[in-house]
Amino acid sequence: MSELDLRINGQRHQVSVADDEMLLWVLRERLNLTGTKYGCGEGQCGACTVLVDGHPRRSCRMPASEAANKQIATIEGLEHEGNLHPVQQAFLDEEAFQCAYCTSGMIMSAVGLLSANPKPTDQDIIDRLNGNICRCGTYQRIVAAIHRAAGQGGSR
Amino acid sequence: MKLSPDELAQHSPEALRHTFTLNRREMMKLFGAGLFVYAVSDASALQESGRRQNEEELIPHDIASWVHIASDNNVTVFTGKAEMGQNIRTSLSQQAAEELRVPVDSIRLVMADTELTPFDMGTFGSRTTPQMGTELRNICVAARDILVDMAAERMHADRSKLVAANGAITNTVNHQSLRYGEITAGQQIVKAIPLDPVLTNPAKWLVAGTPVKKIGGREFVTGKHQYTSDMSRPGMLYGKVVRPDSFNATLVSLDAKDIDPKKIKVVHDGDFVGVVASDSTSARRAAKAIKAKWKAPQQISEAQLYEYLRKNPAHSEAHAGGQSSREHAHEQGSVDKALASADKKIETTYTVAYIQHAPLEPRAALAEWNGDKLTVWTGTQRPFAVRDDLAQAFHLSTDNVRVVVPDTGSAYGGKHTGEAAVEAARLAKGAGAPVKLVWTREEEFTWAYFRPAGVIDVRAAAQKDGALTAWEFHNYNSGPAAIQTQYEVPNQRIEFHPTQSPPLRQGSYRSLAAAANHFARESSMDELAHSIAIDPLEFRLKNLREPRLRAVFETAAKRFGWGKQKASAGQGFGIAGGFEKGGYVATCAEVEVDPATRNLRIVRVVEAWDCGPVVNPNGLRNQIEGAIMMGIGGALFEDVHFAEGRVLNPHFAQYRVPRFRDLPKIEVELIDRKDVPPFGAGETPIVGIAPAIGNAIFSATGVRLRSMPMVPNGLPERAS
Repeated sequence: MSELDLRINGQRHQVSVADDEMLLWVLRERLNLTGTKYGCGEGQCGACTVLVDGHPRRSCRMPASEAANKQIATIEGLEHEGNLHPVQQAFLDEEAFQCAYCTSGMIMSAVGLLSANPKPTDQDIIDRLNGNICRCGTYQRIVAAIHRAAGQGGSR
Repeated sequence: MKLSPDELAQHSPEALRHTFTLNRREMMKLFGAGLFVYAVSDASALQESGRRQNEEELIPHDIASWVHIASDNNVTVFTGKAEMGQNIRTSLSQQAAEELRVPVDSIRLVMADTELTPFDMGTFGSRTTPQMGTELRNICVAARDILVDMAAERMHADRSKLVAANGAITNTVNHQSLRYGEITAGQQIVKAIPLDPVLTNPAKWLVAGTPVKKIGGREFVTGKHQYTSDMSRPGMLYGKVVRPDSFNATLVSLDAKDIDPKKIKVVHDGDFVGVVASDSTSARRAAKAIKAKWKAPQQISEAQLYEYLRKNPAHSEAHAGGQSSREHAHEQGSVDKALASADKKIETTYTVAYIQHAPLEPRAALAEWNGDKLTVWTGTQRPFAVRDDLAQAFHLSTDNVRVVVPDTGSAYGGKHTGEAAVEAARLAKGAGAPVKLVWTREEEFTWAYFRPAGVIDVRAAAQKDGALTAWEFHNYNSGPAAIQTQYEVPNQRIEFHPTQSPPLRQGSYRSLAAAANHFARESSMDELAHSIAIDPLEFRLKNLREPRLRAVFETAAKRFGWGKQKASAGQGFGIAGGFEKGGYVATCAEVEVDPATRNLRIVRVVEAWDCGPVVNPNGLRNQIEGAIMMGIGGALFEDVHFAEGRVLNPHFAQYRVPRFRDLPKIEVELIDRKDVPPFGAGETPIVGIAPAIGNAIFSATGVRLRSMPMVPNGLPERAS
């Protein structure tokens, strides 16, 4: 076990973690931030996507020790004073989910995309989110939701 | 500890921690004042309960849902169905709201909890809308009638002048109005009703039939919704099962000397080996450190699969997974004579591979023992069957087992069973603490049951004028769903042949074998049409009588612009369709093939759909779009590779599922029929996409692909 100092959604957390414990498990099991999902543990499905210093990362493949001293953002940190982030609102408006198990990872990936590219084309979205699986197949709605968010300041 | 209405309102694990089997008295206490209505399907049971007003009497077993209308006008509906993304929490709420004449947000559904909800066989077979929806509407109509009766009495009014709307009964003569909650006036009223009131005509629906947004949607976009895999309990530990290195293996020896017993609990019971730790990382590491030796029999590998399926007929139904071949055998006219005298005939074989459901939330369970009482939260489509499995596995009475299904991260027919539930319960028993077990992706690809593989032989014939004259169709192992042809053929021989002990563990999958049977049938229809040089749509319509099926074909073709563009070397168009489980579907696909790279792209898909009156058009479109997307996977590249009892590609990097880059432009045309009963839509929208794509590939390239998946290794130059 080792002690880590993590900065998550603007808050500092002192956590004690197992050796080589991935960030995903620290978030889920030690900090009760279960919005970030386990889908494969292999970096292949994107369900565990979080933002590390603003960039989408697969938390299932990132040792928690690497996340120390970086700004981590998870799905729980997107709401601001009770208001949904424009990307969250756009997913709701387009109903861009079914079972919604992939939704946290999709939204975090989309937030990362829009901050780098505020007006993405269809192809930009497809290329940047190709690593995120929606097994229910709501891809068309997710593309629409990201365009909608882009039109409503989704890059904030 | 007794449940208070507030605790029930949360319907959270904490709130329901110590609930024991409910009899009616407890149920009533739980609700307090208001109107409680349940249905009985057997009229004699109704008389029985009417005669004996015994408080201790248990609620009859043959009822499927119940409804409570509280003093504050809030409505609670109880159903054994489970929500897994198919959006029935919303569509059932709409149907209840419609018949009760209340706003949809006053309805709360308690779902899939073996202690709180009535028995239900399971959430599968597209039965929620036609059966549960209809029954729920029945109960709600009856509840509304009871409220009108009571209001007439209270208001001393002529019943025929009373109108129920927006949660209140209003006298249209003097505009006096009573809210539902006021009508019961602090009393507790229990009514059992028979299932026969008159339902609201879908043409007059105000809440049902509208695009109500997914109930609780905000919980999902904020990450707050707790799937089973997200839940925790005080003192909870994390489990991991030590898996054999191949199927059907038995444990020879176990060496756990590298495990620190102060940190890890090893649970060993027969061939079951598992570990429990305070975090999942330590549990996974410990499971790896255990040295287990296994012995496994010789097993059929993928290379022998299709030959094995064809050559090993099941001796008995028990070995065919309960599937009977006889009831699906059908013969009329003389196929042999018709084939001998036909203008054109085809004789072909299709294959379908084993595939996995790969729900994004893997199988998960959280088990907690409280003395002899076991509670398991798990994502399953059949909570009552899983309860029975647990009772059997641990020698408990079913009254001592409770299974609760939180809204689940998808299933697609893959979560009928309760492996994770049994495993978690065994680990929890061994550890003396609540244990959560979440299968890894590799476990999910390996130890979950598979969609059956199959072989389909087709012989068929047509005359030059487009008349279909002979149809012979044999399905080996894949299944009998939708095996009968929808076309008018005078000479038919159709049979399903189950296989004895198929090589992999098989089970349900979205639409069952309807996808495979439609692939073989609709590809063959396309081949016949080309052989007599008739347009594939025209050929189908020429041999099709069923008006609803004709209508979906015509609707899809019109939206698609069928026949307007000629296929070329790089571009092709395909059409296919059929019906199953009350749903009618036709699918058109446009594909593009890069002549240099042989790269295949599905450009556009148009699907027309009719399942009767549409309960929620937005949710329905979402289901159809999703079914098309999922169907693309099975059509083009999903394929479980296996040898010697091992799955060789148990990872998303090796088992390709549809991703954003596979997304075509999808257009859905709904035919909203108000004059027929509603049917489900979770499954049948998947059946048209594979043959539509295959037919489009043929139209672009002249290559007929007869295996699902069609292009696991890219587009071949010639037919396989």
